[in-house]
Amino acid sequence: MAKIFTKTKMLTDNVLHYCPGCTHGIAHRLVAEVLEEIGAEGNCIGVAPVGCAVFAYNYFNCDIQEAAHGRAPAVATGIKRVHPDKIVFAYQGDGDLASIGMAETVHAAARGEKFTTIFINNSIYGMTGGQMAPTTLVGQKATTCVYGRDPKFNGNPIRVSEMLATLDGPSYIARVALYDVKHVTEAKKAIRKAFQHQIEGKGFSMVEILSSCPTNWGLSPLAALDWVKNESTKTFPLGVFKEI
Amino acid sequence: MKKLLKGNEAIAEAAIRGGCRFFAGYPITPQNEIPEYLSWRLREVGGEFVQAESEVAAINMVYGAGGAGARAMTSSSSPGISLKQEGISYIACAEIPCVIVNMVRSGPGLGGIQPAQGDYFQATKGGGHGDYHLLVYGPATVQECVDILYNAFDVSEKYRTPVMILGDGMLGQIMEAVELPEMKDLTKLPAKPWATDGTGVGEKRRIINSLYIEPDDMEVVIKRLYARYDEIKRNECKAETYKTEDAEIILTAYGTVGRIAKSAVNILRSKGIKAGLLRPITLYPFPDYEYAKLADKAEVKEFVDIELCMGQMIEDVKLALNGKKPVRFFGRLGGNVMSAEDIVDFVLGEVK
Repeated sequence: MAKIFTKTKMLTDNVLHYCPGCTHGIAHRLVAEVLEEIGAEGNCIGVAPVGCAVFAYNYFNCDIQEAAHGRAPAVATGIKRVHPDKIVFAYQGDGDLASIGMAETVHAAARGEKFTTIFINNSIYGMTGGQMAPTTLVGQKATTCVYGRDPKFNGNPIRVSEMLATLDGPSYIARVALYDVKHVTEAKKAIRKAFQHQIEGKGFSMVEILSSCPTNWGLSPLAALDWVKNESTKTFPLGVFKEI
Repeated sequence: MKKLLKGNEAIAEAAIRGGCRFFAGYPITPQNEIPEYLSWRLREVGGEFVQAESEVAAINMVYGAGGAGARAMTSSSSPGISLKQEGISYIACAEIPCVIVNMVRSGPGLGGIQPAQGDYFQATKGGGHGDYHLLVYGPATVQECVDILYNAFDVSEKYRTPVMILGDGMLGQIMEAVELPEMKDLTKLPAKPWATDGTGVGEKRRIINSLYIEPDDMEVVIKRLYARYDEIKRNECKAETYKTEDAEIILTAYGTVGRIAKSAVNILRSKGIKAGLLRPITLYPFPDYEYAKLADKAEVKEFVDIELCMGQMIEDVKLALNGKKPVRFFGRLGGNVMSAEDIVDFVLGEVK
């Protein structure tokens, strides 16, 4: 029988630990497919975060360093400076990237470090059980804002892509989503473009991926995707914020 | 030919000659000459310098660069070293070789910028969270800084353990004539099959990690680290003894205070007092056998521990002496440094 589909070589055979309906799986596959397509096999170093993707080193088929919470951009800076000819990427969630690691993120972007960041924004701390994230939407419930996020008490969500796009160091910043096939396809194109910017040495590149967390949002996987489509995108509009 | 160099600059040049090719740091007094020097010097040798956004970022850049196989270093002073402790703990667990220089100032808190030794506990007992140690050196002269730095990367890579140089503001700022060694040939260094150089695929991929969810796995790692510390203790422990052969009073101090105490020994000898000096050069592992040897000598009456803090090394001294001989303590604080005469007065009981 003719083989018409095969899993990308840039993912290992390990079974993903993510919850049912979580979009980390799709994001992993898109990143891995792009890595294979750009010839990163045997030519690539990843940086895993702390958070739901803490075990990313079990899944991506390349050399990987596991970073402390939020420090992936600093670790990736060290790696890329030592191996400027290798593909280097950091895979981070919103608590990791936009809260505890915001300084590392902003400064790696401002320095124009030539690695690619995959930013999974699901508006919640997933691994620790659903606490409010810097990206939690106004009105969204979390275990540390049980009545819904109220800007008066809990502050406001941070639009990281828009903020980083104001800097001179980044060369490509885009926000994509994974709630239907069309957007998954577009997300892959953006990821590919980000890595292309790295290969061409243009600057810091990042793709923010709006993701779902059915477990901590208390929604079914399908309802969670609808919520991304109808709610997340109101605060976090999709688009390319910087491309040079 | 000897060159007149400031301590911090000598450390930076010795690091380069010892193979340092990556440095990340953040400004803090009194160590700024190290990043300043390396910012241009690393470029000359094809290395990378990053002025990081924080101490936290700097140590994590060292984690990345060291894990990727480079000889990586950072430097700071007390409050900055506190910030680095998160990264140091991760580096120790992930078994990444690197060199960390602490030009200690007084504290706690923001403290002052004058010499102190209040970071001894932090340096020698681990410093960050969890069950680990660093290999810690306490050099006393600029030449000793150079000699230790020059070989620090070799030792760090041999045991896959981070090395800390515990200096102080005095050592960083003082100018002395030093002999600089030749540049090390980096092409002749042992391979690093564990480093993430990007070529790993499938079973051959390298993972730099400090996460061990299974208790049994974490236990194995900690035991491996401690077996290595035992090996370091057997092979790398260093101490200087001075006029201890017939000594009745043993002064003991490390770093800058060690050399002041050496002058005190000479003054005491000129007054007919049989004094000697025991100066640990490795602070962890602690050269306790040197203390035990002297404690067993009948003519040794007492030890005098001298530090620029309220007494931290004295705990290791007492453990090493195991109650065999009494220990008196003399310290200055806050950035004040005792003179040799102050030590002599204390030993002779003339302190008012």
